[in-house]
Amino acid sequence: MATSNPSVFLLSVNGQIEGANFPEYDNLYCKYSFVYGHDWAPTSGLEEGITQITCKGSESSHKLIWNFPLETTFKSTNPSGWPQLVVSVYGPDVFGNDVVRGYGATHIPFTPGQHTRTIPMFVPEPTWRLQKFTSWLLGRRPEYTDPKVVAQGEGREVTRVCSQGFVTVSFHIITKDMKKLGYDTGPASLVNTQSATSGWSTEEQPYTME
Amino acid sequence: MKERQSSEEDPGETLKRTLRAQRQRQKKRLLGHSSAQESHVEEISTIQHHSEDEGSAEKAGDSGALSRPPTGSQRSLSGRQHSASSQHLDSFVTRRLEETLRAARSKGESLQQQEASLEPASRLQSLRDRDAVTRFDKIDPDRAGRHDDPLALKTRVTFREAARRTEKGLPTAEEAYNFFTLNFELEPQDGTEKERKKRKKQKKTTEKDSDEEGGVEEQEAAEVDEDNPDENVDQSEAAPLVRDEEEDLFVIEQSSRDFLEVKKAEYVGYRKRIQQESELLFTPSFRTVPTTIKLPEHMKPRYLEDEGLYVGERPKISLTNENILENRILKIEEGKKWFGDDGRIMALPDPIKESSTRPPLFHMEEDLDPALHTVYRKAVKSKYANLYIAGATDPEGDYQLDVDVSGLIFSHHPLFSREHVLGARLAQLYDQYLTRQHNNLTGHLTDKLKGLRRALRNIHEIHGGESLNQAMQRRISEYSLEVRNTRQLRDSEQEKDRTLLKHIVKLWKELKALRDFQKFTNTPYKLSLRRENVDRTLDEQEYEDEILAELMELEAEIEADYQKKFAEYKKQLQDWKLCVRKQKTKKKKRKKKKKGKAQDETEEEDEYQDVSESEGPVEEGPPKPEPPEKPDFESIEQQVREKASRIRRKPGESILIPELSASGNLTASELCPRSETARREDVTRRSLFVKILYNDKEVSRTDSRSLNTDFRVHFGQIFNLRIVNCPQSINLQVFEEIGSSCYLLAQVFVPVPEPSVVADRVSLEEFEFSSNQRVMFDHEGVGSDVPLSFEADGSNKQTLLTSGKLSCRVYWGSGEDGVALAPPVSQQRGGLHSGLSRLDAVTFIGASGLYDMKKIGEWATRSRLDPNDPKNASIMQLLKVATSGEVTAPEYFRLEQLQEEFNFVTDEELERSKRFRLLTLRNQEVAEFRNYKCVPSLEREVTDKVFQEYEKRLKEGEVVDTKEHLDSHRALVAKYLQKIRESVINRFLLAKHHYILSDLVVEEEIPSIGILGLNLFKLAEPKRPLKPQRKARKKVTAQNLSDGDIKLLINIIRAYDIPIRRPQSNKPGQSSQCAIQGSDWLLSQVQVRPFVEVSFQRMVLQTTTADGPNPCWNEELQLPFSAPNGDYSAAVLQSVKDEVFINIFDEVVYETGVKDQDRAKSIHTRVEKHWLGSVKIPFSTIYSQSRIDGTFKVHTPAVLLGYSKERSYGTNGAYDTMRNLSEGAFITLFITIEPQLVPGESVREKIKELKFDSQEDERLLQASERFEREAAEGYPDRPCITTIIDLNGKTIFVTRYIRPLNPPKELLDASLDDPQETTALVARFVSLIPSLPDRVSFSGNCDLWSTCDQFLTLLAGDEEEHAVLLCNYFLFMGKKAWLIIGTAIPEGPTAYVLTFEQSRYLIWNPSSAQYYGQYDTFCPLQTIGCLVNADNVWFNIQEYTSPMTVSFDTTKANLWKPFFSRSFSHPGLSSVQPEQLVYRGTDKAAAAELQDRIEKILKEKIMEWRPRHPTRWNRYCTTTLKQFLPKLEVSGGQDMAEGHRHELQSLLGDNNISGFPLHMPFSEIRPIIEAVYSTGVHNVQASNVEFALAVYVHPYPNNVLSVWVYLASLVRT
Repeated sequence: MATSNPSVFLLSVNGQIEGANFPEYDNLYCKYSFVYGHDWAPTSGLEEGITQITCKGSESSHKLIWNFPLETTFKSTNPSGWPQLVVSVYGPDVFGNDVVRGYGATHIPFTPGQHTRTIPMFVPEPTWRLQKFTSWLLGRRPEYTDPKVVAQGEGREVTRVCSQGFVTVSFHIITKDMKKLGYDTGPASLVNTQSATSGWSTEEQPYTME
Repeated sequence: MKERQSSEEDPGETLKRTLRAQRQRQKKRLLGHSSAQESHVEEISTIQHHSEDEGSAEKAGDSGALSRPPTGSQRSLSGRQHSASSQHLDSFVTRRLEETLRAARSKGESLQQQEASLEPASRLQSLRDRDAVTRFDKIDPDRAGRHDDPLALKTRVTFREAARRTEKGLPTAEEAYNFFTLNFELEPQDGTEKERKKRKKQKKTTEKDSDEEGGVEEQEAAEVDEDNPDENVDQSEAAPLVRDEEEDLFVIEQSSRDFLEVKKAEYVGYRKRIQQESELLFTPSFRTVPTTIKLPEHMKPRYLEDEGLYVGERPKISLTNENILENRILKIEEGKKWFGDDGRIMALPDPIKESSTRPPLFHMEEDLDPALHTVYRKAVKSKYANLYIAGATDPEGDYQLDVDVSGLIFSHHPLFSREHVLGARLAQLYDQYLTRQHNNLTGHLTDKLKGLRRALRNIHEIHGGESLNQAMQRRISEYSLEVRNTRQLRDSEQEKDRTLLKHIVKLWKELKALRDFQKFTNTPYKLSLRRENVDRTLDEQEYEDEILAELMELEAEIEADYQKKFAEYKKQLQDWKLCVRKQKTKKKKRKKKKKGKAQDETEEEDEYQDVSESEGPVEEGPPKPEPPEKPDFESIEQQVREKASRIRRKPGESILIPELSASGNLTASELCPRSETARREDVTRRSLFVKILYNDKEVSRTDSRSLNTDFRVHFGQIFNLRIVNCPQSINLQVFEEIGSSCYLLAQVFVPVPEPSVVADRVSLEEFEFSSNQRVMFDHEGVGSDVPLSFEADGSNKQTLLTSGKLSCRVYWGSGEDGVALAPPVSQQRGGLHSGLSRLDAVTFIGASGLYDMKKIGEWATRSRLDPNDPKNASIMQLLKVATSGEVTAPEYFRLEQLQEEFNFVTDEELERSKRFRLLTLRNQEVAEFRNYKCVPSLEREVTDKVFQEYEKRLKEGEVVDTKEHLDSHRALVAKYLQKIRESVINRFLLAKHHYILSDLVVEEEIPSIGILGLNLFKLAEPKRPLKPQRKARKKVTAQNLSDGDIKLLINIIRAYDIPIRRPQSNKPGQSSQCAIQGSDWLLSQVQVRPFVEVSFQRMVLQTTTADGPNPCWNEELQLPFSAPNGDYSAAVLQSVKDEVFINIFDEVVYETGVKDQDRAKSIHTRVEKHWLGSVKIPFSTIYSQSRIDGTFKVHTPAVLLGYSKERSYGTNGAYDTMRNLSEGAFITLFITIEPQLVPGESVREKIKELKFDSQEDERLLQASERFEREAAEGYPDRPCITTIIDLNGKTIFVTRYIRPLNPPKELLDASLDDPQETTALVARFVSLIPSLPDRVSFSGNCDLWSTCDQFLTLLAGDEEEHAVLLCNYFLFMGKKAWLIIGTAIPEGPTAYVLTFEQSRYLIWNPSSAQYYGQYDTFCPLQTIGCLVNADNVWFNIQEYTSPMTVSFDTTKANLWKPFFSRSFSHPGLSSVQPEQLVYRGTDKAAAAELQDRIEKILKEKIMEWRPRHPTRWNRYCTTTLKQFLPKLEVSGGQDMAEGHRHELQSLLGDNNISGFPLHMPFSEIRPIIEAVYSTGVHNVQASNVEFALAVYVHPYPNNVLSVWVYLASLVRT
């Protein structure tokens, strides 16, 4: 049913939040959400999610594994505002209060294919030292008003952050109709071979059914 | 209640016998009722209440025997009747009833049958059963049937649960026995006290349960009722049937509201969680699985082993694990295929062999085959990681880089003495001289010139002046051109030589003079000039020849030039002559013609024209060309000679050859002055060394060598670096050491040598370095970066920087066989990246290096550019210039020279494309496009429609649209406001994108000591769970919200003094309708049954109905809020204009008829709601206040037909009596927004930072800033205003706004005799000017004050403007008046007016024209911050802020802190207000026109709101109403209801009329429509309803309009 003259392109994101590396913390869970511009709309899949709580394995790497699947498809008319994945990690502190352990964001990869991203995580710092102590004591650390703040640049200059750890995410990207709308994201070599071999590529070719 | 009635109706039973049992039953039923059926009655919609009430009323009429308790007290009454029957009886019977009910419903049997079948049971039983039956008899058709609305299912479920709860104490056998054998004759009082208490307690709890649940349901039910009241009334289907349908109905009834629901986090019980988890998690059991499950059905396990087949031994596995595995596999579909025929998991035989098959190694180590010996190697550090040299196959191969640091020479050093400076310069010039000498450019060029001349001469000679062919001629000209160029070059070179020589001599002289002057010598320089004598005659000859040759050439050139010019001249002359000749002939012709005398007039004229035509070109013809000047050969010779003498050695003069030697003697230190010795000592103290950095790491450093007096340092050290990493940079740092401290003088970067470069191929190179450090000395040393002059008068200053040359060389060490020990990577690098780096100059040297000719040259040689390639032509040309020694930088400078390469599209294209335009506009946050979603991807998909609105708005700037505003003046004002608003918005645009920390990060505030203490104290406080207190909630910034996130919570607590229904007996016209009679009785009982309806954004919710004029609801209503365009930014929220309408209605139930079919009585009722009054609160107020809490006066209409205000009727606004101002109705409310939004506070803060400009005195501004700051510190909750911002954005002192101003004359003249009346009228006039909060009009939270004349022109303003105007009017009228700056509910920070008259203080609310005494409890003013009049500002420094406790005596300095005091007196600020206000007269015609238009619009709207019913207008009534309205206006809306109502009643006879007038100031039509809509008059559903609507617009001066809308509904009975 695909028309030969598409007006939108599709970006299908599959993948998973594989795990994290937070050397100091345990029993963490992760929330994710997608942030995208005005010209984007999710067509299927979940925009937000929350993983299970996981604790560290006993093996030497001490990685936290979530293996939480991501499956979302976006449609868009404009690459501006390309979706970003915002993850925020939470877990209990010494007193059992649920506190934030890190925020991070990454753009969904542009090119079709498989990608792995390691997102550095950070948390906002208390404004001064006494506050640091009280926030530690009361278990109410500074948090972003909205985790999506980390996907934007505006206003970030007023905050100070402290880095915490890493979250690893893997993506499998499929795009459709992007080339038809004039957006070429494939690697340079791929383009040449594609034009030569009548389109067997990771870019889906729509069927034309008239 | 019903039960009792039913038992009464049963004639078969004697009263006596049943009474007691009945009592018990009754009580038990009451218990049950609370849990089970009876609550149906309670729970359901309000309609049923009434129907029931009326039903009972009717019954009362019938029997008349029983005293009827009021509905409210029924329960307690029956509670008193409790007999002694025990609790288990209750529960048992309840259970029984439950069972029967269920049976009755599920089976659906006829009730009669059931009755019959039950008849043979024991008497008691039969009684009970029958009782139940009668109950059902009554309930089912009548009650249950009525409950068929969709909610019933839910409630029933709840109540069944409740019933089950009570059932929990199931009767034991003993209890059951007791029950059957109990003596029922026992008096209730005989029961043990204990039991009764217990029972009561239980009852209470159950009651409470049901009440709570019922309450919730009631509300929902009420909602549903509104949706389909008709269905409710007419429903009479049987219960069982409906039960099935209910679910469907319920589903249908679901609205979007039901889907969108935000709930609290649910607690999931442990059990439930286990259950939920069991769906997700699977825990395999340990138990052995029976074989039958594992095998296909009807299959016996077959053991292969038994059949004699070989079966391998299965691998060992523990039984539990096997069981777990089996269980797990069985869980999967098709799990059975994993099982073999014997019912066990299929398994291969154990693969592990019993014994090892590998031959054992028994040898000792010594015996081991030497080939098998383990060889240990030392661990080798891997050095081939990323940075390391890759591709080296030989791990042993290491590379050696040799750095030879030979020495350095300073061309300037801070310790140079003046002599040194000169000496260095001399040496430099001498060096230059030597290089020039070495190059001998002059000689070279002279030779070339000679050669060229000779060639030229040859040509001339060969051809001997014969005619030359074209090619020859060209060659000659080329040659001569070349000769000319070469000559010029030679001349300039000669000149340079000469000046250099002159400079050297001059410098030497200076040096000598300096030495003489300072009487000591510092430098060893010595210049000697060697003379080389020449043969004078020969020299002269040569000189003359040279001059001659040059002269000739020049002459030839000039001659040629002249010839060329002359030829041109000739040609021009020819042209000119031709022209002139033509002209002459024409002139002649004309003359001839004139002579010939023209006969014809026309001809003459033609001719004349002709002449004039011909004359034109003649005048414009070319001027006579000037012949070119003859060249002046004498002057040329002069010039040549002059030049020759300037640049050349005079003939016969000996050639001077300077020789510089450093052999002079230095003056010994002892003979020098002290400053010089100090300098020399300083020099000796210094030493230098060089650090060698390889890849930015220090690898080595030279020995430290002391600085010599000649400022040369010799190191002469060679460092051999064995390298592992790729060479990236080699850096030599020159350090100077003084004592123990050393500092970096300069850095020299040395290029990495080519791999082929070895020691013998590279010579020492000198690298220049310099440092811009500033050094100054107090001795002879000249310092560095210090201006220095050699002239006596100190002019011609120079600034010298430390600089010098480092001579060193870097090369690869050579191995044993003479091969360079260079890593192959450098070669590889060349090969690998050559493709890019060689071809692309930019990547090679970087964009910034494009001007560095040396680098380009380097690159060109390295990339071996093909000089013949036309592509490289330009670069080759550049290189030629660069290498010829004269570097010419380009004559232009460009920023971002590559910008064009990066441009996306051209600007024109950007302009033209609709899509780009859309994107740009969205990016600029233009209102129409701010949240535009999904800009189409293709140009053609962007329709023009998108821009239409935007363009319209742009175009509309000037066009006034009267349609929307009904009034041209107001339309203009709206436009003006829009303009101001835009400019303010632009001002805030910057501030809006400015974030502060709290916008982004939520952070707990640090508890201060005080708060900590308070909290500790709180811990000790007793917990009072039953008295919950409101706590401050977390604030949420509005930037990340979406639809449905925000809710408006409205807590309606109670109301006071609601108008009550007028007793019907007073009614004059005896209308005698039975329905009214029904309610007539009610009215004597229930004065009014008010409920509150809250509407916001067309969303309506209502409370339950309460009783009486002082009802208490205590209910919370949640209204969803949605922002325009889904934009929840603070700026947008601030400008939301929606208002919350809180309307109080009276619920009146009419019975429309009784249907009596088959003994089942159904009573049809009609519910009407009568509007009693309203409170409206703008959303912007709630938003900025974040919560509103207090008691508000309800705006009741002046006339409420059918109602009377309970208290005093006579309210003639006389304020000489201290009125109890609780007159009128009041309502207590609490309103807030969930979640709490941060009001645009930050914007305000930012604006303060912006600093508006001001014309006030700087001193005054500072004083006011200080005053405000002190006020804020001392009393943070008291508003203090000293300066404000006017409409032009300028800061102005507040007292300038106060000035007596004349009110309209008409108002003053209206009642001359009564000053009070006039005052009231003036206040009314001010209040009629519509209110428009600044934050609504100006989106930011910015308070702008307009002056009174602006205010009257704009006809819109907020409280401050009203207050200022009113205050000014009062001042004009000779009153003592002040402006109060304070806070009030619901406005928040606001301004009121204070007057002092008749020794009392009165507080005026300027926007409602209400006034309050100082001690009025209901005065909305809560806090008094400061008082303002024309002379001063006083800040309240008293203990309390409430008007009641404040003393208004401003003379007392301990109570009021004045702004202007003795220390800072009033500077005599002139007022910004005009001298006098000019009013435009009233325009009655316009008012009348407006009146008609409003009426028309409202009528249309009402019909629109009633899409399903015809809307009839009662014209007669309308005209009547119309007559009342002007009277109301005259009376100022005071109560004149009585006569009015009577009049109406008499006119309209037997119509049931209800209605009221609404009054409001006129701003635009929308608020009027909203107000009419909120009263809900249009909701009357009765078929025979008629409406009446009258509008009256009363014009006041200056286009202030007072609008009255009289609404009435008439029901003909």
